[in-house]
Amino acid sequence: MSQNTHPIQIHDMTIAYHKKPVLWDVDLDVPEGQLVGIIGPNGAGKSTMIKAIMDLVPKASGWVKIYGKDYGEMRKIIGYVPQRESVDWDFPISALDVVLMGRYGHIGWMRRPGKEDRCIARESLDKVGMGDFAERQISQLSGGQQQRVFLARALAQDARIYMMDEPFAGVDAATERAIIDILVTLREQGKTILVVHHDLQTVTEYFNWVIMLNMRVVASGLTREVFTDENLQKTYGGRLTVLSQAAQAMAEQRRGDR
Amino acid sequence: MIEISGSFWIVLTGVLATASCGLLGTFLVLRKMSLLGDALSHAVLPGIAIAFLLSGSRAIVPMFLGATLFGLVTTLLVEAFHKKWQVQEDASIGVVFTALFALGVVLITAFAGQVDLDQECVLYGEIAYTPWDLLLWGEYSLGPRPVWILGGVLAVNLLLVTLFYKELKIASFDPAMAVSVGINATLIHYLLMAMVSLTTVASFESVGAILVVAMLIVPGATAYLWSDRLEVVIGLAMFFGMSSAVVGYYLASYWDSSIAGAMVVVVGGIFIFSLLFSPNQGVLSRLWQRLQLSLQVAQDHMLLALVRRDEEVEERARLRPDELVGSAAVLGILAQMAFRRLRWRRLLQQVDGMVELSAAGEQVALGLLRKHRLWETYMNRLGLPEDHVHAPADVIEHFISAELEAELGAEVGDERDPQGKQIPPSG
Amino acid sequence: MLENALRFMTLADANVRFVLLGSLLIGATGGLLGSFAVLRRRSLVGDALAHAALPGVALAYLWTGSKALPVLLAGATVSGVLGVLLMQFIINFTRIKADAAIGIVLSVFFGIGIVLLTHIQRTGSGNQSGLDKFLFGQAASLVEDDLKVMSVLAGLIILVLVLFFKEFKALIFDPSFLQSLGYSTRWIDVLLMGLIALTVMVGLQAVGVVLIAAMLITPAVAARFWTEQLNKMVLLAAAFGGASGIVGTFVSSLAPRIPTGPVMVLVATFFFVVSALLAPKRGVLARGLRRQHNARREAQQHFLRACIELQEKLAQQRAWAMEELAIEMGHSPDKVKRIGRQLEKTGLVLRQDGRFSLTEAGLEEGLFVVKSHRLWEHYLYYRTILDADHVDRPADEVEHLLTPEIIVRLEEILARERGIDTEQIINLHGTGSQYRRGGRE
Repeated sequence: MSQNTHPIQIHDMTIAYHKKPVLWDVDLDVPEGQLVGIIGPNGAGKSTMIKAIMDLVPKASGWVKIYGKDYGEMRKIIGYVPQRESVDWDFPISALDVVLMGRYGHIGWMRRPGKEDRCIARESLDKVGMGDFAERQISQLSGGQQQRVFLARALAQDARIYMMDEPFAGVDAATERAIIDILVTLREQGKTILVVHHDLQTVTEYFNWVIMLNMRVVASGLTREVFTDENLQKTYGGRLTVLSQAAQAMAEQRRGDR
Repeated sequence: MIEISGSFWIVLTGVLATASCGLLGTFLVLRKMSLLGDALSHAVLPGIAIAFLLSGSRAIVPMFLGATLFGLVTTLLVEAFHKKWQVQEDASIGVVFTALFALGVVLITAFAGQVDLDQECVLYGEIAYTPWDLLLWGEYSLGPRPVWILGGVLAVNLLLVTLFYKELKIASFDPAMAVSVGINATLIHYLLMAMVSLTTVASFESVGAILVVAMLIVPGATAYLWSDRLEVVIGLAMFFGMSSAVVGYYLASYWDSSIAGAMVVVVGGIFIFSLLFSPNQGVLSRLWQRLQLSLQVAQDHMLLALVRRDEEVEERARLRPDELVGSAAVLGILAQMAFRRLRWRRLLQQVDGMVELSAAGEQVALGLLRKHRLWETYMNRLGLPEDHVHAPADVIEHFISAELEAELGAEVGDERDPQGKQIPPSG
Repeated sequence: MLENALRFMTLADANVRFVLLGSLLIGATGGLLGSFAVLRRRSLVGDALAHAALPGVALAYLWTGSKALPVLLAGATVSGVLGVLLMQFIINFTRIKADAAIGIVLSVFFGIGIVLLTHIQRTGSGNQSGLDKFLFGQAASLVEDDLKVMSVLAGLIILVLVLFFKEFKALIFDPSFLQSLGYSTRWIDVLLMGLIALTVMVGLQAVGVVLIAAMLITPAVAARFWTEQLNKMVLLAAAFGGASGIVGTFVSSLAPRIPTGPVMVLVATFFFVVSALLAPKRGVLARGLRRQHNARREAQQHFLRACIELQEKLAQQRAWAMEELAIEMGHSPDKVKRIGRQLEKTGLVLRQDGRFSLTEAGLEEGLFVVKSHRLWEHYLYYRTILDADHVDRPADEVEHLLTPEIIVRLEEILARERGIDTEQIINLHGTGSQYRRGGRE
């Protein structure tokens, strides 16, 4: 089978923060055209995993391939929605400006966004129902509207793979509905979407594929097959005291604390 | 050649320096790196002093090299102390820049014979000597050297910011996103730091460390109080900086004081003015908004008091003005103002020294009552006990928009509120 | 110069004694309060406060015409506190962030101060040189009266600090806990800020507004490297500060042209660098050595494990050539040789005819390492943390750091949940371990 049908392949990836392992030996193969939920308790390494896929945090070992190639070659086909709190919403720019940033990867260094880019940005805003707010300064938007702007920015990236870090955190019901509708549309267009998600109640409704994480991949696969009580128990229930003790000891020795 | 006056050159020097600082400072402020700018402008001193000692002249190239080197050392040391040695970030900035600045001052004073800089000049520059520090081309004078240097630096800064505007913008707003689309945020960070170092060095001998710090931070922060568009913020910051250079010069000659210091005083004045009067962020406009809101609340309370009374006595109720003012449950003077405004809006009418609702007033009052009771009923349905819903409704009623009212109406329907009172129909 | 030094050392001159005592007070109070300022993340607020004090000094002089220290310090305190209040106001009421607010207050107040100072200088009535010393400090100008003022302030600072030590400590480590006990964290914070302001005032004349912040920050940061306990840190910081004060004053007395402030700061920085490098636990050197030691131990244990695993495969053999070990360990023969030599010195390995074998002690330690490794593999596998083909590499890393207690727990877990007899986990009879999973084969 040709490698190119696998949007994301992760092999033997370990991630460490300050030399302390937070994700152990991840092996994953995400199939194309899936809406994938990444779930797990706090500190399980969910955000870390999508950041590692996008080369935003260094890997202690292992590799990630995007359609069989390195991230650097494929970054144009990946769209990113970071956590809403990760930016300063007082920054003096308009919603349209933020969405235009989605085009920067396509424009290249030292060039300005053109008419076409503006068109795409406006369309993206329309798609998330924020067309009327294009010129609004971002601090004047509600939490849900800010999240929609972030989503519009990802749409403007015109990607084949989307990474979203808790897009449903702190948004109103209407926005949650609007976002999920857009995600479903994207999936129907054959795109692959990875979503870090917190709310276990909606997992089966939203995602047809899940990755269950707790410092390692507990299970991954079709939701109806792997989203079982037993796997949930393994993900959320069992405390891995010995594992985290060993991780802590490793960090201390490597840093020379001990 | 036309004789150009000394003041012109001094003001021009100040304008060029402040323009560069305003341009870069806006990014420092927005990136929350003001203190790194502060540290940098102190820490380049030993670089300048050493370059002086080695080259024995004020040639810009060795000074720039020395200062950039120390600028880079500062950035790296702050990062290393913070990340590797686990010193808090602000403390590591404090340790690094005070140490380097102290080193610079010691070098300058210890080698006072060889280094043509003194302590005071380090702090507030010698912009007054600008007209005599001429750049010579053979026998011809091309004008003061600082003007050429600062002009060149401004041109470089403008060029770089224009070329990398989009990258600076995204790396400042959302560095992770920048990296994910292939824009190297670290590179942008160091580019900005290099520009700040260059600007600091060029401005240092004419305007001194303090003016550089002030002009980096204050105009950007001031402009941020006035506008929500990055382009406008940058333009305003440069404008504020440049105008304080012009005004500061004349103020200094009037007061007979340091020119650079006076420029800082002016920009500080512009900041205080903005802090008070800026339309969105200013203290006065905030106070004004709060006053308007309190007035609105007081008016609503009076209308509600009257309409409830109407309901009780089942006819148009009349109250004494002082009774009505008392029902507003706000500060006396505010209540008086609210009362006057209600009359001016013709929502009240006066009959025989008593007041009652006018027809228009009744409309408005019933609308308010509807909102209040809709909210009470809605909260009651969510399971809150009756005696708990009145107080929140008292607050919320002033903020319920037409859409929300429609939604609540659809939800609650045509019922009675928890106390069994009729919810007025929508108006 | 020598004369100066001598005069200094013998303390013959009363003035010298004042100056030295003054520097000691400045350094010590700076260190005491600095510890709290740094831990409360207020390092640079001290800087803003000091810079904001300058216009107060100038205005107090303009207003009263007096250069008495209490008058000037009163002015300095008022304008310094005003500066901090303005800063807090900017942070609370606008969208300008804390860093820019500090920068604004610091530079604008300082600019006002400079305008006033230069104004006084140029229009000055005769004796105008006195105020300059507030920029970079001049310890030599301290006289008995100044010292009295400073001692009173320092005494006050220390008294309040002793009285409220426990509250300040709680404020730093767990403000919400302090609040839950019924204390007003807000007022304790204000009190701390007030003490920091007084500390700045103590040092204003001798160190100067520009660099006094360093006397708060640097000794405290240096002390932090030596201890984890607040009371020790505070005392140590005071000692560093006091020493910086005295040494700085002494050095600058050798060359009177050089202002005192910068020299003190450089001495304090020297203490900082020495602490950062040499402190026994958190110091860079100690860390580096420990890291190196750990890495070396890992490599040695790896070597021992390789010997034992070879022994499992080939029971009749007891000594191995460098090349065999190199293949088993996945290292270059040179590295294997180097590690072997180290182990030979510690008596864990013997070398005969270029072949390595384990000594009694080596065998014991090697068995322990192998056991750790295998127990960890089993744990990862049976707890379904990782697949069988993934367990080897993490075990490689973890085997060196499992303590005997963790091993006992692992044995319990595996015996209880999986019925594994951990005695059987190593098999030296050449048939390979039945429990061995994955691995490089």
